[in-house]
Amino acid sequence: MGKFNKTGKKGMPELNTSSLPDLIFTMLFFFMIVTTMREVTLKVQFKVPQATELEKLEKKSLVSFIYIGKPMPEFQKKMGTSDRIQLNDKFSESNEVQDYIYQERENMKEEDKPFMTVSLKVDAKTKMGIVQEVKQALRQAYALKINYSATQRQ
Amino acid sequence: MARKKRDVPGINSSSTADIAFMLLIFFLITTSMDTDRGLARRLPPPPESEEQKDDIIIKERNILQVKINKDDNLMVNGEVNFDIRQLKDKAKEFISNPTDDPNMPEKHKKTLPFFGDVMITEKHVISVQNDVGTSYEAYIQVQNELVAAYNELRNELANSQFGKAFAECSDEEKEAIIDYYPQKISEAEPKKYGGK
Repeated sequence: MGKFNKTGKKGMPELNTSSLPDLIFTMLFFFMIVTTMREVTLKVQFKVPQATELEKLEKKSLVSFIYIGKPMPEFQKKMGTSDRIQLNDKFSESNEVQDYIYQERENMKEEDKPFMTVSLKVDAKTKMGIVQEVKQALRQAYALKINYSATQRQ
Repeated sequence: MARKKRDVPGINSSSTADIAFMLLIFFLITTSMDTDRGLARRLPPPPESEEQKDDIIIKERNILQVKINKDDNLMVNGEVNFDIRQLKDKAKEFISNPTDDPNMPEKHKKTLPFFGDVMITEKHVISVQNDVGTSYEAYIQVQNELVAAYNELRNELANSQFGKAFAECSDEEKEAIIDYYPQKISEAEPKKYGGK
């Protein structure tokens, strides 16, 4: 009986992989768009505090970052363990903040300058003294829009 | 002599997937999703000259003083050891002054779109003062509670006036609500008090 013929070899049909590259490309494009390269290597360690009333930082090109925290373990021998300020790629003092802001502002497009925002990424355990110094320096530099970086608290 | 039709050989594309995979992995590793969030603040412009510093006199009833000492304890309008969980309600009461309490900020008449003539506490100021030794964490918590107070008030107003949340209002409606409850948190110069 031909109907229940078991002689013909069936085997698993081969999976068609011709659309696999397309799938991967789609994912690739997704990650290419959402990716933002980290421009600086962090030399201080910080864990930002938690808060509930957060606003999103828009346009990355308008934002300059200031990091404050304890130096990373590999720098602690040289820099000690007290809180330090990091601007760009190096440790700085609070009196250098003003120059840093001017420099950052120079690099911006003319029409973007009034919207400059400074994001303060500060470790939760930092004492306010150093933050206060930075804030005064920002005031002097007329960088008045600031954003205290924080994570969402559930 | 008829020429034989020659086929163009297809390019072997079996390795495109591998190439795409490598790129994918690279971007997967370097990606950091947009997670930058924070409390937005506006600093006051620097004082023009030393003498000008103290010429703004604010009536005592218009000011809510929040002080944080080096041990992260709060003092609100002279009340020591204030609990931070009550700060939001205290601030809300202070900003809106619902009972027209003479110890709370005075109200002024103002004409706003959508609302008409309303009495609002235009001149109120919340002054946050911290010590040099205050931890950043405590400072952010206080700021957060104060911003939360404003956000809740604005939301309540939006709900009663427009029947929707503040975030869903149009730009004009938002502006009117912000004029109703202007955010006035002053960041005073740091003072050293309460020991070293």
